[in-house]
Amino acid sequence: MSNKIASGKIANNPKFHELVHKRSVFAWTLTAVIFTLYFGFVFLIAYGKAFLGTPLFEGSVTTVGFPIGVAVILSAIALTGIYVRRANGEFDELNRQIIEESR
Amino acid sequence: MKTIKNAFAALAGSGSLLLANVALAAGDMGQAEKQATNWHAIIMFVLFVSVTLCITYWASKRTRTASDFYTAGGGITGFQNGMAIAGDYMSAASFLGISALVYASGYDGLIFSVGWLVGWPVILFLLAERLRNLGKFTFADVASYRLAQGPVRIFAATAALVVVIFYLIGQMVGAGQLIKLLFGLDFIYAVIIVGALMMVYVTFGGMVATTWVQIIKAGLLLGGATFMALGVMAHFGFSFEALFAKAVEIHPKHGAIMAPGALVTDPVDAVSLGLTLMFGTAGLPHILMRFFTVPDAKEARKSVFFATGFIGYFYILTFIIGFGAITLVSIDPQYLVGGVAGGGLKGGNNMAAVLLAHAIGGDLFLGFISAVAFATILAVVSGLTLAGASAISHDLYASVIARGRVTEGTEVMVSRVASIFLGIIAVILGIIFEKQNVAFIVALTFSIAASGPFPVLVMSMFWRGLTTRGAVIGGSIGLVMSVGLVVLSKTVWVLSFHNAAAIFPWNYPTLFSMPASFFFIWLFSILDGSPRAVAERAAYEAQAIRSETGLGAETASSH
Repeated sequence: MSNKIASGKIANNPKFHELVHKRSVFAWTLTAVIFTLYFGFVFLIAYGKAFLGTPLFEGSVTTVGFPIGVAVILSAIALTGIYVRRANGEFDELNRQIIEESR
Repeated sequence: MKTIKNAFAALAGSGSLLLANVALAAGDMGQAEKQATNWHAIIMFVLFVSVTLCITYWASKRTRTASDFYTAGGGITGFQNGMAIAGDYMSAASFLGISALVYASGYDGLIFSVGWLVGWPVILFLLAERLRNLGKFTFADVASYRLAQGPVRIFAATAALVVVIFYLIGQMVGAGQLIKLLFGLDFIYAVIIVGALMMVYVTFGGMVATTWVQIIKAGLLLGGATFMALGVMAHFGFSFEALFAKAVEIHPKHGAIMAPGALVTDPVDAVSLGLTLMFGTAGLPHILMRFFTVPDAKEARKSVFFATGFIGYFYILTFIIGFGAITLVSIDPQYLVGGVAGGGLKGGNNMAAVLLAHAIGGDLFLGFISAVAFATILAVVSGLTLAGASAISHDLYASVIARGRVTEGTEVMVSRVASIFLGIIAVILGIIFEKQNVAFIVALTFSIAASGPFPVLVMSMFWRGLTTRGAVIGGSIGLVMSVGLVVLSKTVWVLSFHNAAAIFPWNYPTLFSMPASFFFIWLFSILDGSPRAVAERAAYEAQAIRSETGLGAETASSH
């Protein structure tokens, strides 16, 4: 039905291209961040065992590896939070305008 | 690298607790020892089953259309779906397996927790909202959106069924072993009970019942694990330093448990394992299906945020639980074989968390945790069965065989029959595989998921040039290669087939099979000059508009 006409209007709307560009840059950047964090961790485990086993402070039993591992877990949660916040706010608002203007 | 494989097996991110058995206790515990009947556990389990059956009855009244059956009418909120995803993903294996791995080797347990979590952000950034905007009931809807329905759906449904069936084998064998241990039931009855319950949930209650079983299970598991972790920390004045100090003093490996051990040494295997864990999740059909249960892209994104939060929190808890078991269980004679240190845990290392439950909350809490472990298996197998049944009814039957000329009623009927069929298959395979080495299955399913469905999905969403030929040939190469390399690796070639040496020297195929899949998808797409291919490339723009804006996406049904 009118979706076809709307699609045509959207394809020509510069805001659509702005949305796609902004969102994909953001999504791929965050993907690169989590990828780097995780594979950095994997390489530390393969090659930096001694470093991960260093005491956190003078005389402590807790080693450097623990906060690092937990930090990777927490950063995964934080990154999803950051993405959802921007996507459900800024990007969805832009999206709403695009749909509105296509009618 | 032997350990890593066993550990992988033990952990089984989304489910296979079976591995729990096979793996860590490799050798001694292929056959779990039958325990005395545990009445506390049975009563709590019966309570759980009664509640979920009532929900299934209620859900069956609301399940009228195909959309109700496959996706709960698209009316699940982001928060509910986040819980359900967590319930689908947190398995008895991650609960028992990770805590057992921490109990046995300390820090190494964290490596798997982290790996299984980092797949979630990737799903959110690349797939979640696009799945929701393009799909209806199955991920094949998305992959075949602008491609030829027949071949792409046959490929996608095959990949889904391969993953589901392997996964179910793992679940059923693990379930049987665990229930034998926890409840003192015979293996065969345990497997039949699991199979029968999951058939009832899925056949009568469809996605509504499956979702609520998963939500309740996630709540119980998170609550139980939180209570245990608090119990452990209270023992040490809420000081991690004190907990670790005590663990290092007691554990036979002492200080070595505070750093990575022998788990990851070969860099090729390390990277391949990393890729398997990270991208395998993004190709699991029962996980992908959950994104069609929410009303729109906004809720789809929220559900990943909640799921990641719950799962990450849970993995941190299992870590505390593992260390708690070292300090509170490993020195208590009542939990040790023969009552002496060095005798090992009663029932094997996989019982670390369960025995800790007893140490913290006595018989009653032990019963609770046992029942939660059983509920956990049920939630995971129900999700798997529903995903497999939809591949059969929606992709193979309605779209390919009947070419869309089918009423909703018939499609749902086929789906119900398919659920019963899959349930029976799962029970039979569970019994057949009871005494087999199934440790390779989780590695296999995650590798297949990362090498078959995942590349096809990503390319269909992001690459204009994708054609039917590229998707089907490239995806199939990834699928066959991942299965083939696992068969040729040590896990199957040496341990199951008893050959002298492995032909494929590493444990995980993903580093090779996933890039191969992407490469051949690309190659066969650019070589495809058929008129159909031209039309498929031209259709990308319309797909991109729907995928990015949600214009024309499926909406929630009105109830």
